[in-house]
Amino acid sequence: MIATISNTKKNRLPEILEHASGDKRFKILEAHMKKHQFKHDALIEVLHKAQELFGYLEDDLLLFVAYKLKLPPSRVYGVATFYHFFTLKPQGAHTCVVCMGTACYVKGADKVLAAIEQAAKIKAGGTTPDNQLSLMTARCIGACGIAPAVVYDGTVTPRQTPELAVQHVKGWIDHGN
Amino acid sequence: MVIDDLNAIAEAERAARKKYTLRCCMAAGCHSSNSVAVKKALEQAVKDAGLEDLVEVRGVGCMRLCCQGPLVQVDPDGTLYEKVRPEDSASLVGTLKGGTTHVQKGDPNSPFFTEQLSIVLANSGYIDPERIESYIAADGYRALHDVLREMTPKEVVDEIIKSGLRGRGGAGFPTGLKWGTVAKTESAQKYVICNADEGDPGAFMDRSVLESDPHSILEGMAIAGYAVGANQGFVYVRAEYPLAISRLQNAIKQAKQRGLLGSGIFESPFTFNIDVRIGAGAFVCGEETALMMSVEGKRGTPRPRPPFPAESGLWGCPTLINNVETFANVAPILRKGADWFASIGTEKSKGTKVFALAGKITNTGLIEVPMGTKLRDIVEKMGGGAPDGAPIKAVQTGGPSGGCIPAEALDTPVDYESLASLGSIMGSGGMIVMDDATRMVDVARFFMEFCMDESCGKCVPCRAGTVQMHSLLEKILNREATAADLQRLEELCQMVRDTSLCGLGQTAPNPVLSTLRFFRSEYEELLKKETAHNGEPRAAIR
Repeated sequence: MIATISNTKKNRLPEILEHASGDKRFKILEAHMKKHQFKHDALIEVLHKAQELFGYLEDDLLLFVAYKLKLPPSRVYGVATFYHFFTLKPQGAHTCVVCMGTACYVKGADKVLAAIEQAAKIKAGGTTPDNQLSLMTARCIGACGIAPAVVYDGTVTPRQTPELAVQHVKGWIDHGN
Repeated sequence: MVIDDLNAIAEAERAARKKYTLRCCMAAGCHSSNSVAVKKALEQAVKDAGLEDLVEVRGVGCMRLCCQGPLVQVDPDGTLYEKVRPEDSASLVGTLKGGTTHVQKGDPNSPFFTEQLSIVLANSGYIDPERIESYIAADGYRALHDVLREMTPKEVVDEIIKSGLRGRGGAGFPTGLKWGTVAKTESAQKYVICNADEGDPGAFMDRSVLESDPHSILEGMAIAGYAVGANQGFVYVRAEYPLAISRLQNAIKQAKQRGLLGSGIFESPFTFNIDVRIGAGAFVCGEETALMMSVEGKRGTPRPRPPFPAESGLWGCPTLINNVETFANVAPILRKGADWFASIGTEKSKGTKVFALAGKITNTGLIEVPMGTKLRDIVEKMGGGAPDGAPIKAVQTGGPSGGCIPAEALDTPVDYESLASLGSIMGSGGMIVMDDATRMVDVARFFMEFCMDESCGKCVPCRAGTVQMHSLLEKILNREATAADLQRLEELCQMVRDTSLCGLGQTAPNPVLSTLRFFRSEYEELLKKETAHNGEPRAAIR
């Protein structure tokens, strides 16, 4: 993957910049970098913003960030892959994050996850073939008081059971059938 | 801003108080249980009943009994309502005019509440975390004023040393000593960092403090900045805590507007700014050297110590790193005096500790108790034991770096040394209760899987060791392991503990070692039977 980026860097950069000039999201991203005075230590903040705007971090986007911050692409790619929060693959239209923290785990989060996996026919970390649902796990979202918790499209939902969880994602997975 | 301005704000805030206050919990737990809609409905109900002049609806921070949320408490009589729904609001407001309601009532005089002693959480559940005036009315920023106008940096450090405060992030290093080292190191530029990368699964104390009382952290950091000679602070927060991040950013903005952060605070020459840095989901970034790498925008990998951050930290400058809860203790200590603080707790562990009580326990939530409180009092008296009266098997403290304390040892007082002697650690304060249904080998594997995933990959013992230990635990759980495998697991635990670069690897074997120490039979039951010659397995128990 790294090799792909560096090999094609020279030919791709003008293309990326041309593409970026026509896309408003790149302008917002650049304004965000400017706010941080294009400082190298703002890289993580910039990647957060990029993921917020684009949904995921594709190679061209990482190259754009590297070019604008005057950082080697290897450094940007290294940071993007080190942190779990950043994803280099496109996500489904809906997301479902099952908390697997200790409190949720002892209260049966593993069963909740298994039920969703079975219903959606995907494993944790995967996306349904029709790109409707991405299923993920979290280390702990700090909602231990209402364990087991599941985050559906950004909304933390308390006290989930396998049945409740399947019911919740049902509308998102039936389209594929 | 001078002291008269501060007093005027506090006075105006107190004068605006109404006869009744409906305090509505807006911290993460209740927030997820729809408390925003509850608050809105209550406001509407007050309007409909024409009681706007008599009743204030106030969004507050964590009211602690998270499992019964959304919580609403009525002042001045203190009636506590649990599991409030938006449609209950009319009848709830009606009780103020002599009506009745069917909403479930909680008991504010139950041991869960009465056994608590609040220093860090003193404002939590009372003040509005979104309004600086609410914090100022609760004596906020008074300690910062007194420190800047009346004390030298050395006196501040001495006061913290005298208080006996120790780091609340887990290791328990004396806070005053750390401050003193940073203060003594000569440098034109120094930094203060607040470690809010609360990564331990099952811990949510720091999150609650940030969500409930963000200004107390800012005040503590500013005092620390004055004491050590730093003018820039960073709060490093997990990306998984969006509510805490927004409240913190809002608090910083308000403090700047009021001149309580920035240049010339309280008309002194002292300048202090705070920026928020958002993590990106790496557990290892809770380790201080890795955290600093991440603040610099790099991969969060740790480095060997020494040099310690106090001498060479962020961008090579002397850096003070303390945990959220440590900073939250600072302002109360300076306001009420080191002697007052030192009078609470045990000989070596002073003050209080906040714990997140969760797992198989009736009262899930947040508690703050004096150091030295017995585990049994916390779990049985305050927590109400396991639901359905099931026997408690163990209490897990310290997350993936800690261990499982068996039910027989519940009479242990909670302090740094006692927990360490049981092979666990105080940790940041997550306390997970496990009942009979929990298999300890499974728990050990759960934590090892966590450490395996979260190992940053820099040093070999942690990177390869956690994978090997995890596969051995899998083997044991699949009933394919022999006594030799168990022995190898123990050897690996020692090796990884002794040779890893940072705290993550050094403590990764703790859950295995502590469960082996107290629940060895559960491991042995899962082993294959061996024959006499060569230790070759003969038959598996299926």
